[in-house]
Amino acid sequence: MSFLVRNRRLTPYLLLGPGLAWLILFFLAPLGFLGHQSLETQNPLDLTYTFQWAWHNYADAITGYHTQLVRSFEYAGLATLLALFISYPLAYWIAFRGGRWKNALLLCIVGPFFVTYLIRTLAWETILADNGFVADRLRDLHLLGANDRLLATTTAVVAGITYNFLPFMALPLYVSLEQIDQRLVSAAQDLYANKAWAFLRVTLPLSLPGIFAGTLLTFIPAAGDFINAQLLGTPNQAMIGNVIQSKFLELTDYPAAAALSFILMVTILVLVGIYARALGTEKLTG
Amino acid sequence: MSAVAEPFAVATRRSSASRVFAFVRRHILTLYALLAFTYLLVPVAVVVMFSFNNPAGRFNYTWQGFTFDNWVHWDAIPGLRSAVEVSLEIAAISSVSATILGTLIALALVRYGFRGRGATNFLIFLPMSTPEIVLGASLLTLFLAMNVATGFWTIVIAHVMFNISYVVVTVKARLVGFDRHLEEAAMDLGANEWTTFTRVTLPLIAPGILSALLLAFALSVDDFVITNFNAGTTVTFPLFVWGAARAAVFPQINVVGTAIFAVAMLVMLLNVVFQTRRARRLKNI
Repeated sequence: MSFLVRNRRLTPYLLLGPGLAWLILFFLAPLGFLGHQSLETQNPLDLTYTFQWAWHNYADAITGYHTQLVRSFEYAGLATLLALFISYPLAYWIAFRGGRWKNALLLCIVGPFFVTYLIRTLAWETILADNGFVADRLRDLHLLGANDRLLATTTAVVAGITYNFLPFMALPLYVSLEQIDQRLVSAAQDLYANKAWAFLRVTLPLSLPGIFAGTLLTFIPAAGDFINAQLLGTPNQAMIGNVIQSKFLELTDYPAAAALSFILMVTILVLVGIYARALGTEKLTG
Repeated sequence: MSAVAEPFAVATRRSSASRVFAFVRRHILTLYALLAFTYLLVPVAVVVMFSFNNPAGRFNYTWQGFTFDNWVHWDAIPGLRSAVEVSLEIAAISSVSATILGTLIALALVRYGFRGRGATNFLIFLPMSTPEIVLGASLLTLFLAMNVATGFWTIVIAHVMFNISYVVVTVKARLVGFDRHLEEAAMDLGANEWTTFTRVTLPLIAPGILSALLLAFALSVDDFVITNFNAGTTVTFPLFVWGAARAAVFPQINVVGTAIFAVAMLVMLLNVVFQTRRARRLKNI
């Protein structure tokens, strides 16, 4: 430690060193390898790969799988909006009406997160099953036809994604709403704003950082998800994640899978950049 | 007379209707919140409930009858016990490593001004904004290119990697709200940097480090996507569930899921109680 005291300017680098080295070795470098892999071609005879700037892999990937790509962003966008509309009133209610129960209520939001991801998705499979309780009751009420299904539909997949990432939306919303000084809302009302107007002009803008963080934390994992589509959907609901995972692990078509991974990652980064600029939250989150 | 009574009756009916309307209006947010909580908690209830189910066939989808058998013979399914053990081992190793590495980074970021701060922050942020499938796939291409056989240790490497960022963010949040005067006071009283760090700084940020450790452990136990790419023939609990989901869903899977959930909730509750006590004690000083 005395070494650190004598070399104060070195200290931060020594603290950063091991962790950053890990990230560079096992996060950045693999991205480089992935990029390299995406430009290789497979020799059909001996199944080896050769690097030759094969940019056509990207064009092939887009022409072959644009349906799944577009679908991923549609589902992710839809799930993010749904999660926002479910979570905002919930977070608002806990933050302003929760009183001394706040922590217990927050625990209810975080709770599902601690049921293993696959198991809670399988629970939805149980709930929506063809001969399950819900489907039977809906058939009794003639809300569901005899041959209609709840499972294996787009609705099931989107509902599953919404459910699985809801805590990521609700918690940042709660944090930003909780910090709002209620006197600001009172002040707006004293200045003759009605409740709705005070909400729109005071509470909502002040919770913008929470909305920004929450939507990103939901949208990003949702766009890359394939578990919900796999367990709750059919090949008609396949997302880009399903394609990447089967190409990597079942078909061992590495270059195509790598190209698709890059397309997914870059599209997300571009969308996030546009979104950040549109919301102007860079100033807010500093 | 009735001509007079009639509008009077209508008026009272309307006012009771408007009272109902006013009630709904006042409590609409509460009703909405209750509905949302139902949506959140029903699947959890299903998981817990079906751990006590006595299923007729291979699939645990419909309620057949109540039994404790699945809990008593939770490891009756071949491979389940070892999968759970592997998951816990990986979670223990990777969460401790990630917490150490991440805490050091957080200390550097909050305490020191240095060149490359922005780049460091960006490098911490990037893994969290990359879809898991890309993290898993890219790591696999690295291991393939390096001819590393995937298995237990490649899973550990992957879990440390994705956990570092979460640890940094969690510990940083604690460090930012930290009163530097306390350290200065210790130094004024003759403590050197090391003593100040171990006797003042560390105890004060310990709750943050503990939360980070628990979060990293939970994320590790839960991870499927990244693990699936880098597991080789090693089977963790989520991988076991995935394999089982195609063939047969055993109620024992729900037993383990319920147990993990119960332990996590217990730890969170203890944490809340501990923090409240600590806050009260600090207030009394």
